[in-house]
Amino acid sequence: MTMIEKILARKAGREQVTTGQTVVCDVDLTVMIDLQFATMWVPPLRINDPEKVAVIMDHAVPAPSVGDALGGTHARAFARDFAITKFYDVGRHGICHQVIAENGLARPGEILACTDSHTCAAGAYNTAARGLGPAEVYSILCTGRTWFQVAPTLRYEFTGTKPAAVSGKDIFLHIAGTWGDATNHNLEFGGAGLASIPMNDRRTIATQGAEISADYSTFPIDGLARDFLAERGATPDSYRPADPDPDAAYAAVRTVDLSALEPYVARPGTVSNNSFPVSAIERRPVNQCFIGSCANGQLEDIAIAAATVRGRTVAPGVRLLVTPASQAVYREAMRAGYLQDLADAGAVVTNSTCGACFGYHMGLLAPGEVCLTSSTRNFTGRMGSPEAEIYMASPATVAASALTGYVTDPRGELN
Amino acid sequence: MDTQISGRVWVVGDSVTTDAMYPAFAMKLSIPEAARHIFYELRPGWADRVDKGDIVIAGRNFGLGSSRPVAALFRELGIAAVVAEEFNSLFLRNCINHGLPALTVAGVHTAFTDGDGAALDFAEGWIENTTTGVRLTGGALPPLVLDILAAGGILPKLAREGYVPLPRASHV
Repeated sequence: MTMIEKILARKAGREQVTTGQTVVCDVDLTVMIDLQFATMWVPPLRINDPEKVAVIMDHAVPAPSVGDALGGTHARAFARDFAITKFYDVGRHGICHQVIAENGLARPGEILACTDSHTCAAGAYNTAARGLGPAEVYSILCTGRTWFQVAPTLRYEFTGTKPAAVSGKDIFLHIAGTWGDATNHNLEFGGAGLASIPMNDRRTIATQGAEISADYSTFPIDGLARDFLAERGATPDSYRPADPDPDAAYAAVRTVDLSALEPYVARPGTVSNNSFPVSAIERRPVNQCFIGSCANGQLEDIAIAAATVRGRTVAPGVRLLVTPASQAVYREAMRAGYLQDLADAGAVVTNSTCGACFGYHMGLLAPGEVCLTSSTRNFTGRMGSPEAEIYMASPATVAASALTGYVTDPRGELN
Repeated sequence: MDTQISGRVWVVGDSVTTDAMYPAFAMKLSIPEAARHIFYELRPGWADRVDKGDIVIAGRNFGLGSSRPVAALFRELGIAAVVAEEFNSLFLRNCINHGLPALTVAGVHTAFTDGDGAALDFAEGWIENTTTGVRLTGGALPPLVLDILAAGGILPKLAREGYVPLPRASHV
């Protein structure tokens, strides 16, 4: 069995599962976000287990409308009435996938469900995590279970060593550009090259699985992952990772030679078969550069952005927006001086929120504008006007481009 | 449960995203208001031309994107079923959980044009173009999924099981 098949089998109480089967599984953690409470929220009469619930304020915080403010009211009442101890209200908030990671809430070999399509982010920690609709999350909250169909798995085998100027975003864009969509498939990553991919980049890759329409994207637990989790309260004796069997059946095994990669850029609309090496992208002027989101608002991303712009100035006519993925990242980045560097260069550093990435309450684009984003999604209309264009790249490429005013290879700027 | 549906079809293409169906600005609106903006850019004004009982036919990777409940908007407009060459699984689950039958049928996108009539049975897993007479077979929905559809969606089911206080929670 593959990693995912092992987790689903375990949580369904079965010896084995096979592709195409529908199984009912226990869910280990249900994560609820502010949007869930903002529209037609009805407090449940009873829930399965308050210990298996986290409430995280992220999409629209601080509240940009009365409706969103009311969502906050509902969330606080729910957390109080059901004694939810894992409640991350504004002030200790952040994009849920970041908060999940930094608090060790996603555990190897377990199932995690949340009302956000990028929940597959927690696959970086060997968790069977996926986004589900608000109605289904409500159902899991109440019953503790749901059903899954076992999809075929695509295995990505990493070889070689990741070059310093190449990040998780570049690796993902290479995969999406080369092989396209993985609709109704699981992604499984591994191989000897994995050791050169740090945890933040693994999470970026896992997060972006949603963009190629995958069900789950999972990584194995190695020394790096064990240390990362232990530092966040999940000690190795407290979880049971799911390693694939040597004879696991895959729909395909694809090799990625990390040492051969360079920075990538996705053209607007989709990442699938639409991502190219930065050297192949035309000189494209940009109006807005955005670094943030659950994919690339991590401390390491902010550090790269700060190092790139330190002592320089954002090009005239370009807006550089930087959104730390959580309040904890914000505080760390402030302590390290990154936010100062960014602001001195002319960037706008915002509160931690999903904000600009989902085009709801800030950083929206006007018709005809071009944005280069390190966030999760480059769909038409994603960040405001459907007549704007959204290119996607790594934080290094976005920061370098903010300095020049057009899509730029960061390897020149970083050296 | 009656698993047979017939109606007029609307055909959309490949990789229609949730952002194209449920734009971020519509998330600030109530479900009836948000439903006016479905396909806002792809097919402007579509909500005004839809009749209760219509069926949406799509190409590959239908519903790529976020978990925002597009199915609630389809239900609001009276769409009776969605049929696609291939669904994003999150989107498919959202349809089922909102009581909207969703059937995967290879070749369905090219077998229909706007305005054709369709008859389908989502328990048996087939669809027929009643205008051209072409009949296609797809994957029948598993019993567990049929149970959710029979309940009218997952929230009415929860209400019946005593987890939720009132039936108006159907669009949470």
